Amino acid sequence: MDPHPDLTSGVVFGLGWFYLILFAMNACWVVRSYKQDGEMHLFGIEVPKASFWALYAALLGMVSIAHFTGSSQPDAFLIRMPEIFKDYADLTIGNSKLGPVLFFAGSIVGFVLMIVLREILVVPTVGWVLLNGSLLLLGLSMTDYDFRQIVAKPDNVPIVAMLFIVGYTTWLYFARAVDNDRRVKEGRPLYEEEHQEKILVWPDLVYSELVCMLVITAVLVAWGIALDAPLEEPANAAKTPNPSKAPWYFLGLQEMLVYYDPWLAGVVFPSVILGGLMAIPYIDYNKKGNGYYCFEDRWFAVSTFLFGFLPLWVAMIILGTFLRGPNWNIFGFYEYWDVHKLEVLNNVNLSEYFWLTLMGGAMPKVDPSAGAATQAVQILVREWLGIVLTLGYLVVLPPVMAATVCRRMFHRMGFLRFMVFSNLMLLMLALPIKMVLRWAFNLKYIVAVPEWFFNI
Amino acid sequence: MSIGDYIRSSQIWKSIFRHPAPVDRRNRIVVMLTNFFLHLHPVSIKSQGIALSYTWCMGGITFFLFLVETITGVLLMFYYRPTLEWAYHDIMALRDVTTLGIMREIHRWGAHAMVITVWLHMYRVFLTGSYKPPREFNWVVGVLLLVLTLLLSFTGYLLPWDQLAIWAITVGSNMARATPFLGHEGPGFQLLNLGGFDLITKGSDARFLLLGAREVGEATLNRFYILHCVAIPLVVATLIAIHFWRVRKDGGISQPL
Ligand code: HEM
Repeated sequence: MDPHPDLTSGVVFGLGWFYLILFAMNACWVVRSYKQDGEMHLFGIEVPKASFWALYAALLGMVSIAHFTGSSQPDAFLIRMPEIFKDYADLTIGNSKLGPVLFFAGSIVGFVLMIVLREILVVPTVGWVLLNGSLLLLGLSMTDYDFRQIVAKPDNVPIVAMLFIVGYTTWLYFARAVDNDRRVKEGRPLYEEEHQEKILVWPDLVYSELVCMLVITAVLVAWGIALDAPLEEPANAAKTPNPSKAPWYFLGLQEMLVYYDPWLAGVVFPSVILGGLMAIPYIDYNKKGNGYYCFEDRWFAVSTFLFGFLPLWVAMIILGTFLRGPNWNIFGFYEYWDVHKLEVLNNVNLSEYFWLTLMGGAMPKVDPSAGAATQAVQILVREWLGIVLTLGYLVVLPPVMAATVCRRMFHRMGFLRFMVFSNLMLLMLALPIKMVLRWAFNLKYIVAVPEWFFNI
Repeated sequence: MSIGDYIRSSQIWKSIFRHPAPVDRRNRIVVMLTNFFLHLHPVSIKSQGIALSYTWCMGGITFFLFLVETITGVLLMFYYRPTLEWAYHDIMALRDVTTLGIMREIHRWGAHAMVITVWLHMYRVFLTGSYKPPREFNWVVGVLLLVLTLLLSFTGYLLPWDQLAIWAITVGSNMARATPFLGHEGPGFQLLNLGGFDLITKGSDARFLLLGAREVGEATLNRFYILHCVAIPLVVATLIAIHFWRVRKDGGISQPL
């Protein structure tokens, strides 16, 4: 018996249910499509567009039945993720150099496409196709042993659910925003303005709250019956698990540790994130877009927030949860978490670049026995380039921005607001900047003062 | 007279509910004003303010999950002992033998869900621009609630006292070691010294404050237990009260001006 079987009877049977649900969802969609989507020409005949969906739903139904009947012989079962796809995916994403680049670049491309193509994205059929595509990918991936090991961990199940919910809510936002943007352009009242009837809280709100509470309770109970809360071996301070991970909602922060030292990634940046969130209402002077969904009236604020939430927070959690394995190496979705996977890390500090490579000399020495003042001067000499660059980034750049690209913003915000705003933006961009520097130049620290635990 | 009418006309019933059933307009208004729990709400509201597609109901769900966590949490507290000797055993017993041990599952999944819903609530509030005047301050209260929700979840993570728990907390709390000035491996801690003696050491830095010891141990378990079961929930409950009060005082759910 294979100790790591890709398919077992249980998995095949479970996937049967998965496709059955997908079938039911698409059966409903057929009805909707029949009522709303109209007809298309096919070989000169008019057929309802819904017939395409009907075919697809029927196919799903058959796939589901095939799973139920085929579950007795999982080894011979044919519907599974093709090996070649898995190998290719693992070679790219699982590659220690290429993986993080591809992942991050992919999330940025997706993010930009989402905003640029939002008018297409919000067409219900497009949303439905995307949903089906991601569900099918999930279903097929579940036929892989290593994928299941991680995704089906009880503590990771909520993350998978979160991805779909975040996807849906983002779609919903764009649907409402694009609609309102059009209304504004055509001079029609906003959607929200058209729904202003006064209604009594009893019964309308109170009853929906009751239903909502019942649904949530039911979900929690069902979830509790289906999945046991995890309990591993008793705590043992002598046995460090590999990898050791923080709780999943902090994995974005743990991912930052790859690029920044703990004092930044673990203390300063989290504080800046929270302070920055609290500062939002006092920075955003734009009066528009209060109390209704819209994009164009506040595209800058929304894009910035979406950028922080989607690629920098949610995507980093996915990376940390699903792709980071032993020794914090990167692993493909379908890759076995091999403790011995080697990653050659040869990162260099900026000061080393400067003194060794560029000047062709030796590193200036810092004498540990000298007085603090002497040491400080010696360190300044060694790290001057990084210090100048960092100060330039955080101190010189904001006024330059105020005088050039952000002139109007500076004018409307005033000095203090603008300085807070520009520093928050720059700190937010510090993560992607360091990532790119790491990937492109193997840069370790811009300023490296290990003597004082002060590395940037 | 039917039994229902009999009960509703009894002195006991009338002492609790001071008006007839909310079946007509007048009594539907009265019920909102006289019931302690319902007076959180206004009497009437604009239809878009309660539309699911507008609020996603995420604030409400977060609040409900907080209540679920409180109730299941109190039940778990009757059973669980936060000591090195018993913590793990009690959790194991909850899984294997205890009647209603499912409370632990509900509590854990509810906690995960609450983290997610609080993010989504913030997401919605941002996307509808509801943090703009006059609701700036309530957004700030919200951010505090967000932090505290994460901290609640984080402190609870330790209590099962298994490998998952102590190592997640170790990884998380190791950060505190690097706190600028206040961590013994943070930049600038050397500056805090008195006559050549470092004030910030392994036994006195920010991480020590968090853990109550140099490593995650019994003192940490005790500290996290109190934070998780008493201190943070009290603060959260207070802030939620303020949050709701402000939603009303800032003019209800936001709407186009
Ligand atoms: C324990 C956490 C929280 C609870 C229980 C909670 C609960 C609620 C509820 C029930 C509402 C009414 C409207 C709705 O359901 O959307 C609301 C509104 C609001 N919340 Fe929260 N919330 C929490 C966290 C937050 C966070 C993290 C933020 C933002 C950072 C926030 C900011 C706001 C604002 C600005 C409003 C007014 C929205 C409007 O008028 O449209 N809240 N909150």
